[in-house]
Amino acid sequence: MFYLFCPYCGEHREEEEFHPRGQAHLSRPEDPDGCTDEEWGDFIYFRTNPRGLHHEIWVHAVGCRKFFNVTRDTQSYEILETYRMGSAPRITDLNDKQQSREVQA
Amino acid sequence: MTQRNRLDTGGRIDRGTPLGFKFNGQHYQGFAGDTLASALLANGVDVIGRSFKYSRPRGIVAASAEEPNAVFQLGATEATQVPNVRATQQELFDGLVSQPTSGWPGLKIDFMGVVGSLLGRMLPPGFYYKTFMFPQAAWDTYEKYIRKAAGLGRSPRKPDVDTYDHLNHHTDVLIVGAGPTGLSAALSAARAGARVILADEQAEMGGSLLDCTDKLDDKPAAEWVRGTLQELAGYDNVLLLPRATVNGYHDHNFLTIHERRTDHCADHAPTNLSRQRLHRVRARWVVLATGAHERPLVYGHNDLPGCMLASAVSTYINRYAVVPGRKLVLMTTNDNAYRTAFDWQDAGREVVAIVDTRAYATGAWQAEAERRGLKILKGMAVIEARGRQRVTGAVVAGLTSDGNRVTGDRQILNCDTLASSGGWSPVVHLSCHTGSRPVWDDDAIGFLPGKTVQQQLVAGAVNGRYSLSDCLTDGASIGAEAATKAGFPAKPATVPFVRTRPEIGAMALFCVPHPKPNSRAPKQFVDFQTDVTAAAIELATREGFESIEHIKRYTAMGFGTDQGKLGNINGMAVAAKSLNQTIPETGTTIFRPNYTPVTFGAIAGRHCNDLFDPIRYSAMHEWHVRNGARFEDVGQWKRPWYFPKADETMQQALNRECLATRESVGILDASTLGKIDIQGKDAREFLGRIYTNAWAKLPVGKCRYGLMCKEDGMVFDDGVTSCMGENHFVMTTTTGGAAGVLEWLELYHQTEWPELDVYMNTVTDHWATMTLAGPNARKLLAELTDDIDLDRDRFRFMDWRQGTVAGVPARVFRISFTGELSYEINVQANYGLHVWETLFDHGAKYKLTPYGTETMHILRAEKGFIIAGQDTDGSVHPYDLGMSWAVKEDKPFSFIGKRGMKREDCVRANRKQLVGIKTKDPSVVLPEGAQAVDNPDHPLPVPMLGHITSSYYSACLGRSIALGVIKGGHNRMGDTVHYPLADGRIVEAEICNTIFLDPEGERQNV
Amino acid sequence: MQKYSGFGLLRHALTYHENWQRVWRNPKPKKKYDVIIVGGGGHGLATAYYLARVHNITNVAVVEKGYLGGGNTARNTTIVRSNYLWDEAALLYEHAMKLWEGLSQELNYNLMFSQRGVLNLGHTLQDMRDIHRRVSANRLNGIDSEALDARGVQEIVPILDCSASRRYPVLGASWQPRAGVARHDAVAWGFARAADAMGVDLLQQCEVTDILTEDGAAIGVETRQHGVIHGDRIGCVVAGNSGVLAKMAGFRLPIESHPLQALVSEPIRPLLDTVVMSNHVHGYISQSDKGDLVIGAGIDGYNGYGQRGSYPTVEHTLQAIVEMFPIFSRVRMNRQWGGIVDTCPDACPIISDTPVENLFFNCGWGTGGFKATPGSGHVFATTLATGQPHDLARPFSMFRFHNGALIDEHGAAGVAH
Repeated sequence: MFYLFCPYCGEHREEEEFHPRGQAHLSRPEDPDGCTDEEWGDFIYFRTNPRGLHHEIWVHAVGCRKFFNVTRDTQSYEILETYRMGSAPRITDLNDKQQSREVQA
Repeated sequence: MTQRNRLDTGGRIDRGTPLGFKFNGQHYQGFAGDTLASALLANGVDVIGRSFKYSRPRGIVAASAEEPNAVFQLGATEATQVPNVRATQQELFDGLVSQPTSGWPGLKIDFMGVVGSLLGRMLPPGFYYKTFMFPQAAWDTYEKYIRKAAGLGRSPRKPDVDTYDHLNHHTDVLIVGAGPTGLSAALSAARAGARVILADEQAEMGGSLLDCTDKLDDKPAAEWVRGTLQELAGYDNVLLLPRATVNGYHDHNFLTIHERRTDHCADHAPTNLSRQRLHRVRARWVVLATGAHERPLVYGHNDLPGCMLASAVSTYINRYAVVPGRKLVLMTTNDNAYRTAFDWQDAGREVVAIVDTRAYATGAWQAEAERRGLKILKGMAVIEARGRQRVTGAVVAGLTSDGNRVTGDRQILNCDTLASSGGWSPVVHLSCHTGSRPVWDDDAIGFLPGKTVQQQLVAGAVNGRYSLSDCLTDGASIGAEAATKAGFPAKPATVPFVRTRPEIGAMALFCVPHPKPNSRAPKQFVDFQTDVTAAAIELATREGFESIEHIKRYTAMGFGTDQGKLGNINGMAVAAKSLNQTIPETGTTIFRPNYTPVTFGAIAGRHCNDLFDPIRYSAMHEWHVRNGARFEDVGQWKRPWYFPKADETMQQALNRECLATRESVGILDASTLGKIDIQGKDAREFLGRIYTNAWAKLPVGKCRYGLMCKEDGMVFDDGVTSCMGENHFVMTTTTGGAAGVLEWLELYHQTEWPELDVYMNTVTDHWATMTLAGPNARKLLAELTDDIDLDRDRFRFMDWRQGTVAGVPARVFRISFTGELSYEINVQANYGLHVWETLFDHGAKYKLTPYGTETMHILRAEKGFIIAGQDTDGSVHPYDLGMSWAVKEDKPFSFIGKRGMKREDCVRANRKQLVGIKTKDPSVVLPEGAQAVDNPDHPLPVPMLGHITSSYYSACLGRSIALGVIKGGHNRMGDTVHYPLADGRIVEAEICNTIFLDPEGERQNV
Repeated sequence: MQKYSGFGLLRHALTYHENWQRVWRNPKPKKKYDVIIVGGGGHGLATAYYLARVHNITNVAVVEKGYLGGGNTARNTTIVRSNYLWDEAALLYEHAMKLWEGLSQELNYNLMFSQRGVLNLGHTLQDMRDIHRRVSANRLNGIDSEALDARGVQEIVPILDCSASRRYPVLGASWQPRAGVARHDAVAWGFARAADAMGVDLLQQCEVTDILTEDGAAIGVETRQHGVIHGDRIGCVVAGNSGVLAKMAGFRLPIESHPLQALVSEPIRPLLDTVVMSNHVHGYISQSDKGDLVIGAGIDGYNGYGQRGSYPTVEHTLQAIVEMFPIFSRVRMNRQWGGIVDTCPDACPIISDTPVENLFFNCGWGTGGFKATPGSGHVFATTLATGQPHDLARPFSMFRFHNGALIDEHGAAGVAH
């Protein structure tokens, strides 16, 4: 069971309080009506689904109800950082793990 | 029967408290402090079961979690049966009733035994893949017989009488195992002030110290244990959990501990006490001090009763004062096991010989053995055991120095107990649960915990440091390290001095060679519970099953309830040798939770029966119960389904409810509909993006129906949203969809449009909602309010008003899901019952009739109103539903769903479209789910047009009505389609408009 | 191929089982194959078998990074059924079901395919509507399927608590008598042995590290252990790794990989001789021939390649099992594990060509892969042999996620009013 740090509550809480909501940093096309079927399908269905470093959205469903981002290793399940909506990840490469530990400490 | 193997003195049992128990129908006696296994051994019970495949007699091998054979059925009554209890882990209590789990009809006369010995040769690994195939239909028959032999114990046939609970913990340091390592680790961590949980699977903490003859600081080890536990118990920051197995190590240092709170008292828990408890622990740091299991050596007939682990023999002697035999032969690859011979001798029994596989074994332990007058046969090994129901002798031969071949003459040693030690296997299970692979260590001759991302430390024997003084020292320093890392600077506790002899190197030997090839040698068992032999593993590799996982799966090695604790490493060694590989090249299988089995009930905890899932009731629930409502589960809610009177059938009740509503007035408890309060200056814009229709101009005081789609354009929820103020709306959702819709709204607001000034929250539970529907609705409501003007032209359809109803502040919405004149009264939930009852006080003269969800369904279907989730299934868009009026294409913002419903497949003709369906015979009500076809005589598979989504008998119309989807249905009005039913009937029906009643919508405007 | 039979077993018993042949070779990879199948699980091996058997294409390599059948084939709960809702899915799974029937004989390997029936329970009125809809569609598709009420369910499973006092009482079920279970490992081994006998090279411990392309067409794979292996056509059948392979080839899939957990009890005497599944209370259970209760847990919501999931999922599953079978409360859970399921947005697989020519994917089976094994292999073999999809596979193109022609198998479980 994961132990997630909610960047809004400022606390680690149990996974049972959260829901995962898939890949982060996807943005809805500015002009949906101008999208081809292929572009629209890519937006709603196609995902990077990496083995390794993954930026994903979680929601603190039974806590503050805020959505936030998590950088997580989908192989080891190690959580490298959590950060608020609208901000960019600090870790974009698994080799930056060391940096993450410093960030969390 | 007397306890003939019990010593008069010594041990940690209480001879003053005799306990009676039953095994296999016989009465026996043991003492408080016994396990079921030690008590059976004390009574000289040799054969405790029959093996799974070959039906060979089996005895107790071990003294702890690794025991493969002594697996029993426990329980004196049907409801308290427990299958597959390991006797070595079951504390004895007075009145315990146990049965062997194999060997029907008896341990001595064993039917399968006869079959097994005759057919044993026919049962190589994987034999069932190779046979039982002809004829094809016969497998069912074969399988019946195979299944008869399946299983060990049996499930109770009655529901459990006990309860189980959970306890959540946060701790700084969780120490797993309270042997010498764990205890000294706990001392270090506890003294520093860290919150410490120390868990151990046994009843008494102390681990190997409880049967240890070494002195700590020149005092008995047990004294140090007592002192240490006393000190730990005195700390507020320490939680000691005996009888508590850490059975799973999960991500981010979450561990589960299975505590048996009452299994040592009786076969069921005392009143008001849970039988078992599952501790769910989040630990900052974990110290694994799980120790090591001794590895037996593999040799011919090594499964005979009397063949035991050396350390287990010592445990039975020292801890339980039980000597499980008269004449001992000890075979060992290491010095450590010499203690067993000394313990045996000190118990006054005969040590026939120590068979040491090492020719080079010349050191302090050998000197002590010689001083004691014990015979040591060096460079030799027991190649097979002799005997039928129990060991009667050991065949011993010389061994080449690499341990690969037998040399020289054989001799037979008479004995009744054959203890063996092949060294130690660290208990790495927990460290592997989170995906870490163990690493082979040549010095430890075992796998050690590998790298992990968890905040985990390992200490003592699990890390290959087997000696007692190493365990104490390692434990103290690792305990201090854990506390320090958790933020409590700690120094290692001082550890007692251990007076012992130096040990010389052990030999890496696993399977003792036999003069014959293993395929022809007497069976050399690797895994007792699954009857896997060395020959079977070799055969698997010969057949091409070369991965250790293939070997495991092909032979079933490690699949028992002991999960191969005793045999797996030996099996890997046999496989490695057969494949000409090293053991690390062969690798291990994956260790998974649980470490030892855990009761389903304990994992479920209190979340069963009524607490399986929360039950939600509306504020008027009690009234519904009093008035005989039948309930329907909708989401977590209990909703009144219908209100039958005395002798009414369901259909009669529905007819009455429908007619009463259409003719006078009915009332529905609609409190369960989701309600979301939405505020902010961009609330209106937000609604416009979320809903398919227009919201820009909805004035304050007005309501509007909306459809909500996902980005694929498919409808997923609907409801009425009302404008409470310029920047304030209340949205209603379906009952089951409420939570999902709120999260959906939040998702879009927070991730896509954070710039919008909008806030939302659920207010479902704040309000009790009652829907008055029917031509007399206004008259009745008028009696309860004097500040709401109900005039038909001033309080119009799709308006809402704030006011007072039955003396209570209320919001009244003039909206209709029935097509009737209808008011939805919302009051604070705790006034709900009052208002409801007041309505009934005044309603009698209008024959106010309560109706449930079923009547609501019928009334709305008469009007062709959809129910999201019933008439939609995630694959229909608003146009499919014929609801283009609810889609506003020219909104400036491309609302959610707009682009999706324009995709190639969504605009093709011949999509399934919602239509009305009228059966030709008006008395036939189509079953919901029935599939339409054009040609019922078409051979299978028959092309289908679509299914019935809603279907009812309409008392108002005096006929059946239905809604359903039909391919291209909007262009097929008046066509006839056929519904072939499961009972063979084929129902003819006509496609029609979805609105069956009052197509002009006049009734709601009266 | 050495023929297996009861008589053969006896003969080998007399020679101490010393002369059994290898079930498959350990071949040295060739430089080039007609078809390379990436992934030596049940589906990949079945594909290879049908390529050889139906299409006479035997110059085939199955490239497996670990051991044969070591992925989801080794980790599933072995349920086989074909009572799917939508025609496209139902016909595909029924195609598989027909192949299952008789497969042991065809492969000369006892897959222990046991048609003990599967119940899908309904606990709410909407569940029952969905059940009637599915059963009705199944029957018209020629699939054996019945809708039962609670009494009918109770007759089939006397130990199931069908009383009205449960939190979510059983209202009924769909019942497919021909459904059942099979011995999962045997499926991989049986296909492997038969494919090997026809000349297919099974390359174990051979990990694909790249997919080689030339002018937008796939020409081979780069492997960690054996360098480059060329192939005219490449089929990827790598459940749990599809996204990783697609990335090598330079495109994305509409797939997310999630942990799916399962668990078994200790073996107990047989008392449950059918498969019971409940979507509503979230658990499914059968009893193996060894006596274990084999229990499926839910999918964890996050992406995960760790072959393990979160503990609460296991808790919820056992709560569901105890809710359905209160008598199992004192039975003990022996072991849990996890697989990686590649899930598509519509809970249906992808059997498809890709943006890269000569490269084909068979993936996205979610939780439904095992039951489809022979059918999946059979239709994918057609794709790899001809470059054109089998008629049954045509609706499962990955491009349906562009044009919107989804086959929404979880749609039937919509929201409730």
